[in-house]
Amino acid sequence: MTEATPDTPGPEANMQGRPKRRSQAAYIWRRFRKNRLAVIGLGIIVTLVLVAVFADFIADYQTKVIKMNIPIRHQHPSLEHVFGTDEFGRDMFARVAHGTRISLFVGVISVSIALFFGGTLGAIAGYYGGRIDTYIMRFLDVLLAIPVILLAITIVASLGTSIINLMIAVGVANIPGFARVVRASVLGVKGNEYIEAARAIGSPDYKIILEHVLPNCFAPIMVYATLKVATAIMATAGLSFIGLGVKPPTPEWGSMLAAGRGFIRDHLHEVFFPGLAIMLSVLSLNMIGDGLRDALDPRLK
Amino acid sequence: MPRAGMVRRPFMRRLSGGNMLRRYLFRRLLMLLPVLLGVTFLVFTIISLTPGDVAAIMLGQGATEESVAKLRDEMGLNDPIVVQYGRYLGRLVQGDMGMSYATKKPVIGEILSRFPNTLRLAILSIIISVLLSIPIGIVSAVRQYSLFDNAGMVFALIGISMPSFWLGLMLIIMFALKLGWFPSGGASEWKSIILPALTLGVASTASITRTMRSSMLEVIRQDYIRTAKAKGVGKAMVIIKHALRNALIPTLTVIGLEFGELLGGAILTETVFSWPGIGRLMVESIQRKDTPMVLGCIIVFSVAFSVVNLSIDILYAFIDPRIKTTYQKKGASK
Repeated sequence: MTEATPDTPGPEANMQGRPKRRSQAAYIWRRFRKNRLAVIGLGIIVTLVLVAVFADFIADYQTKVIKMNIPIRHQHPSLEHVFGTDEFGRDMFARVAHGTRISLFVGVISVSIALFFGGTLGAIAGYYGGRIDTYIMRFLDVLLAIPVILLAITIVASLGTSIINLMIAVGVANIPGFARVVRASVLGVKGNEYIEAARAIGSPDYKIILEHVLPNCFAPIMVYATLKVATAIMATAGLSFIGLGVKPPTPEWGSMLAAGRGFIRDHLHEVFFPGLAIMLSVLSLNMIGDGLRDALDPRLK
Repeated sequence: MPRAGMVRRPFMRRLSGGNMLRRYLFRRLLMLLPVLLGVTFLVFTIISLTPGDVAAIMLGQGATEESVAKLRDEMGLNDPIVVQYGRYLGRLVQGDMGMSYATKKPVIGEILSRFPNTLRLAILSIIISVLLSIPIGIVSAVRQYSLFDNAGMVFALIGISMPSFWLGLMLIIMFALKLGWFPSGGASEWKSIILPALTLGVASTASITRTMRSSMLEVIRQDYIRTAKAKGVGKAMVIIKHALRNALIPTLTVIGLEFGELLGGAILTETVFSWPGIGRLMVESIQRKDTPMVLGCIIVFSVAFSVVNLSIDILYAFIDPRIKTTYQKKGASK
């Protein structure tokens, strides 16, 4: 992030040999910073990441998150338990904090799976075109004919419920979307002269794709990936909510909501805080995604 | 208009009456078939990968090894997956989706009795979304950066970020438990559909509003809008007659996509509100390991989703004259 400071002087950077990238990052950051919502989103997500990283310092996993303490069950928020306690007397704040870790992790990993496989398929389809393109896209059309959440449910239902399977399911369900986005941007880049030049000097295809095509597709893929982490977090929570994701006592936001559902009449806090956490993380990623899109594409707005 | 392509294809001509647009529709309909085959095959394969022996599950704990093997044989579970799929498909086209493991009744009957509920819910939601989002989107675009626009866009952002199952629970607490205006679940009275439909509609309202606003913004800057204004057409008239009609085209795609999303979202919303639709049926069946029912539900969902997407494509061809002309040019030059 340090190289993205807006104060980076353009001409000096020029002297250091890598002028273009540096000033462009600074330029994007400058525009991103002007978008108030995007900056708020960035603030929220940085906080959530810090909570996820330091969750063990906030509350000990075994004694606070997992261990039951029946005498203090269903306590409403107080100074001692800011988010109250759940049906087993566990501190809701500790559980929500540790839940951040799971949600962000599952979100990022599943999107990485989708980005890797979808990106590979999309890049091949877009770069080679012709019959390969047709075959890949026809296959993906079939996958696209199934709503993401439904495809994820199908996969989890057949693989069985666990965190790993959940990540695979959400990841695989997102492959077609990534393939489409990557393919579209590869098609846009492919026609450029520097690609032709690379081919003329005899670079192998994989090298052209990795070194020349993909770096120039970075912007739309980055935006899409950010927005997809948000939907992946939502899907994860949704699957856990209907009992197809992370199982209790693991502190996952969706399964915490499902557990608190039986007590909403008198113990609102048991569903309110996990849901709020889901919403904040999804919201912040959406804000960042929107901000990135506007910052990367000056033609919009 | 020269129609060289038509001469070489008398069969297509007879089927489509020689009309380019109708030929396009026919082709699009034909493309639905491979997609449906692919979807059913894929889903069938994934579900068949489920660990655990179906025959053993059906017979229960006390079954002997021989009886399990016999049932496996009878059910054709030892055949290659493609053969099993072929058999399933053969029955499927006759409207037979097998028997539910849990209720021992035909899957198709249960699905047919539940599907209208899901459809009712999704249609009401999309109607609410469209009625809310189009006016909001227009006003936001026309008064860009006004207080209304800023507030609307923040709400839209919150709307797409709101987990539907959480929103549903909050609405139940507020309007069912505290105020008692609506029932908290089930489908026993007409009021039952209101809360689930609102819950389901929030995300689509938000994203349709955003699309409507941005496509309206784009259209307003076009030359023909300036021309219309210069001609002295009134502001309201320019918006309604010139801008709206063009801005609606991209919005329509999003409405179609959102309707598909609604079908998927119904799975969660129906679970929250105990709405007797196909989404809840599917979740319950997964928990009961009722494979034929799960398979049936997923297939019905995917088919509905594909049909919605196709309808939007077709509607598109009717609404957007540019698509019609490009297709005609392409068809003629072939």
